[in-house]
Amino acid sequence: MSRANILRVIVVCLLLTLVLQPEWFEPVFAPFSPSGAPVIYTRASLLSLSLSHLGIVALASVAAIIVAVLLAILVTRPRGQAFLPLSRTIANMGQTFPPVAVLALAVPMLGFGAGPTLVALFLYGILPIFENTMTGLSTLPPATMEAARGIGLSRRQRLLQVELPLALPLILTGIRLSVVIAIGTATIGSTVAARTLGEVIIAGLLTNNTSYVLQGGIIVGLFAILIYDVLTQLEAHFQKRLGGSRTTV
Amino acid sequence: MIEIDNITKVYDGRAAVDSVSMTIESATITAIVGTSGSGKSTLLRMINRLVEPTSGEVRINGELTTDLEKNALRRRIGYAIQGHGLFPHHTVARNIGAVPQLLGWSKDKISDRINELLNLFSMPPEEFRDRYPAELSGGQQQRVGVARALASRPDLLLMDEPFGALDPIIRTRAQADLHRIQRTLGSTILLVTHDMEEAIQLGDQVAVMDQGRLVQHGTPADIITSPATRFVAEMVGGVDRPLRLLSLLPLSEIVEAGEAEGPPINDQASLRDALSVCLGSGRNTLPVERDGALIGRVTLEAIRSRAEGTHEPR
Ligand SMILES: Nc1ncnc2c1ncn2[C@@H]1O[C@H](COP(=O)(O)OP(=O)(O)OP(=O)(O)O)[C@@H](O)[C@H]1O
Ligand SMILES: [Mg+2]
Repeated sequence: MSRANILRVIVVCLLLTLVLQPEWFEPVFAPFSPSGAPVIYTRASLLSLSLSHLGIVALASVAAIIVAVLLAILVTRPRGQAFLPLSRTIANMGQTFPPVAVLALAVPMLGFGAGPTLVALFLYGILPIFENTMTGLSTLPPATMEAARGIGLSRRQRLLQVELPLALPLILTGIRLSVVIAIGTATIGSTVAARTLGEVIIAGLLTNNTSYVLQGGIIVGLFAILIYDVLTQLEAHFQKRLGGSRTTV
Repeated sequence: MIEIDNITKVYDGRAAVDSVSMTIESATITAIVGTSGSGKSTLLRMINRLVEPTSGEVRINGELTTDLEKNALRRRIGYAIQGHGLFPHHTVARNIGAVPQLLGWSKDKISDRINELLNLFSMPPEEFRDRYPAELSGGQQQRVGVARALASRPDLLLMDEPFGALDPIIRTRAQADLHRIQRTLGSTILLVTHDMEEAIQLGDQVAVMDQGRLVQHGTPADIITSPATRFVAEMVGGVDRPLRLLSLLPLSEIVEAGEAEGPPINDQASLRDALSVCLGSGRNTLPVERDGALIGRVTLEAIRSRAEGTHEPR
């Protein structure tokens, strides 16, 4: 087994234990709790918080992927070029808006719960995917594109059989950036009552209980690392097939 | 037969191709030569409508190309380009089978055809079918690109500097392969090159382009012996012209009765080869054989007389 794989197994085991058997870590976290205060977060099961956290991230990311990829396809078609500056501006706006502000604005409309968080993560997730997909679709090898036209592939066939598969490594890079950001950002969703791992961190901040903050933070961090790793592997897999001729961002 | 009728393409007020007309007979190779920017690629691309002409028309076997749906037209015409343009995410087999698949051939038929083509290009199918383009050498990629163009047995093949990126040895071999394949299949090939040597070697007809215009269209021997303009003469190259002409003529044309000393030479060799043997072995006459039997001899004198009259451009 390679070093990297050993490390992966360790990270997965650590994460699973932290989520499923948090009490095993009581001696490790004890020094960080005020004396007499509970060391391990028990107000909700960490497993259900993790699942809810990942679920919100997944839902928002899937929506962001669909919208961003469709938008990028649209603006890279000859007929859609006119929309390029506009869609860039919109995607950038989603990114420059602080997530807290999005939450604050969305609560009056959507109420407390997962809604505002989903909206914030969705808006946040679009830009990296959009930018990368657009780069991927507009920097395709010219000889390949000429051949695709020359052998008689229709526009649609070119898009589905050539352009998107060739842009895939870059699209995946965008998805990876976006998902990792979303995993971190989802924690602030618990300020508006979304069920995420942020709940643990915030409870720790409110009661000055550093071990809660550590638990929440470490679990979120490990999830981010694992997902980053899986997506990186996936990208490398597709990139290798393409002969590593194009570099990822 | 392909009839190109007064075709013009204007880009930004400049004619990239300027009123070109030419007729290409079926089952021949026509090599289009010219300097960079002379409009060769543009002319070729107007045939499969990758570029739409500003004016003029193209007929293939009497049928106007504009009467066909673009993609249907392109699927009927083989197309190979410099830098091969293979699909990097598809295997060699899938690349070669791309057009037959578009045409709805059965799986077995496509698979057989892929094997046939790989064998034709001396690339054992078991070894190459499942590789990705990045796992091939430049020469192999180029051959797969040509194989893809041939896959659906198109009657017409357009090739834009298909051998441009190859080293001289592989290039010569690929040219010989193409020539052999064209003769067996009887396909019509239109090949763009900026190498006059390649045009003369491969072309039944050579079309010379200069600044968007077709300046001469004729057999290689025509182009060498009577270049229409100074530009053509320059392309052919003043000093080499006699040798180029000799390389086009088979020995069988000047064999005479008689005997000669030394090892014989085959009657299908070119006069240029014979000249080379004469000079190299210090002989003035060579015995000539056909299928192992001596049929006569050639003399240095006879070779020389065939090369005369080609020295000064007219
Ligand atoms: N899409 C285009 N837009 C504008 N000008 C073009 C376009 N395509 C070709 N041209 C111009 O038309 C002229 C002929 O180009 P073309 O590609 O046909 O030349 P070529 O003979 O194939 O040259 P090369 O040997 O370098 O490939 C050139 O001056 C080129 O700049
Ligand atoms: Mg060209």
